Amino acid sequence: MRLSTVTLVATLVASGAAFANPVAPADVTFDEGAVGVSLTGAPGDPANGAAIMKDKGQGNCIACHEVTALKDAPFHGEVGPLLDGVGDRYSEAELRGILVNAKMPFEGSVMPAYYKVDGFNRPGNAYTGKAAEGPLDPLLSAAQIEDVIAFLMTLKDE
Amino acid sequence: GALWGAAAQADEDAQLVINGEIEIVTKAPLPAHMEEANMDAIYSGWLFRADETQQTQMDDFDNPGMIFVDQGMDQWNAVDGSEGKSCASCHEDVETSMKGVRAEYPKWNDNAEEVRTLVMQINDCRTEQMGAEPYGYTSGKMANMEALISLQSRGMPVDVAIDGPAESMWAQGKELYYTRTGQLDLSCASCHEENYGNMIRADHLSQGQINGFPVYRLKNTKLNTAHARFKGCVRDTRAETFKPGSPEFVALELYVASRGNGLSVEAPSVRN
Ligand code: HEC
Ligand code: HEC
Ligand code: HEC
Repeated sequence: MRLSTVTLVATLVASGAAFANPVAPADVTFDEGAVGVSLTGAPGDPANGAAIMKDKGQGNCIACHEVTALKDAPFHGEVGPLLDGVGDRYSEAELRGILVNAKMPFEGSVMPAYYKVDGFNRPGNAYTGKAAEGPLDPLLSAAQIEDVIAFLMTLKDE
Repeated sequence: GALWGAAAQADEDAQLVINGEIEIVTKAPLPAHMEEANMDAIYSGWLFRADETQQTQMDDFDNPGMIFVDQGMDQWNAVDGSEGKSCASCHEDVETSMKGVRAEYPKWNDNAEEVRTLVMQINDCRTEQMGAEPYGYTSGKMANMEALISLQSRGMPVDVAIDGPAESMWAQGKELYYTRTGQLDLSCASCHEENYGNMIRADHLSQGQINGFPVYRLKNTKLNTAHARFKGCVRDTRAETFKPGSPEFVALELYVASRGNGLSVEAPSVRN
């Protein structure tokens, strides 16, 4: 009995700490289209970032981008530029800006904002076609964004 | 660029001739009202489909949409409602009475003082002339009837009027076309004007024209109406959609139809 109380307290403390840590979408600050501060304060996991980019239910980035390093997944789109070498072209802060809200660096972009929760016209409840109920979640979590950035930083031209 | 595992590419120079005789215009100059649009010409959705899908539309024996036209013909002749009438009671031979009708819809109706889609007109005849229940806006029976009526204009140029009393609704439709919706924050133009010809995941983006509607889709093996398609596209922006038959979708249909002025009526067309 005593042990489980201790465990419960420990869990609460841990999740409380994790909760305070990510920068909330509304608190992200841009500097010329870039976001310098990590959203989680911890380094991202590039392997998970690659998985997020391929997964239709997560980033689904390859719907619009071709990425040679992800060619094990079928059907890469052509709406956005090829992402090969993007780790050379951009800094981590610039990539974070593109991911959080691509319209900050690229005015009028068709690329969705992955870490933004308000200011939308007729926001829906995911892909149901029905109105959203309550506050929106960002398309990707802070940790997922950092994972994707970590993967993008591995895309270097040789 | 290289597309790993992409769907078979369409032949964008293919010619569409149906049954070896009906020549379909699948590329036409930009209508005057689209001069600011960043496009070189207007293209039928048929041009963006894979070879096998294109071929299915070239012969009515291969076109699964024709089965639904036959069902529409049965409905045309069936007495229904309190007045004991069928469509044929008033309009007689569909081939003569409905020739050219689809090419001009949606269209301003002077008596009702409203822009009517073909669906609205069909349902008006059902309720006001026949004393029958209206068909559901995107129902199978409605799609059958639209296909039957549209077929009588096949090969004729889309010629939707956008001036006069229709103008304000047309302007509303244009506004909707360019307004971004949903958490993905995309408009019709984001996909069908800025990106036609590009792949989006496994889909080859067309200009989102409606000259081919109702459309037989290999994906769901039935006829699909324009408003059902609009709804699906808006839903895919992670938005709350408008309802089929809503004033917004009627306005959008008028505007989208006018973006196809000069293409041939193609219905029932085949898409994936
Ligand atoms: C609906 C289309 C779409 C989706 C989905 C999308 N992007 Fe983009 N992306 C674009 C477009 C278009 C651009 C070009 C910028 C502009 O709009 O001018 C772009 C630009 C970029 C760039 C800058 C590339 C360069 O070379 O300049 C990066 C990096 C990027 N996207 C990463 C991503 C990642 C990672 C995801 C998924 C988490 C993603 N994109 C999802 C459309 C998209
Ligand atoms: C009792 C007579 C009557 C019956 C039955 C009838 N209609 Fe009509 N229909 C009319 C009249 C009258 C008009 C012209 C209405 C107007 O312009 O306001 C019309 C117009 C139309 C038009 C528009 C033609 C154009 O040139 O714009 C279509 C399409 C149509 N009907 C389809 C149908 C269908 C389909 C049915 C059966 C489900 C049907 N009608 C049943 C009387 C009838
Ligand atoms: C996220 C991208 C996207 C957006 C935004 C979008 N569509 Fe589509 N649309 C598609 C795809 C993909 C298809 C299937 C391939 C094709 O025909 O383009 C399609 C197909 C269509 C078709 C069928 C064309 C045919 O010939 O069969 C119509 C009509 C259409 N869209 C209209 C619209 C309208 C109107 C809007 C805005 C309300 C819209 N779309 C918004 C992606 C989109």
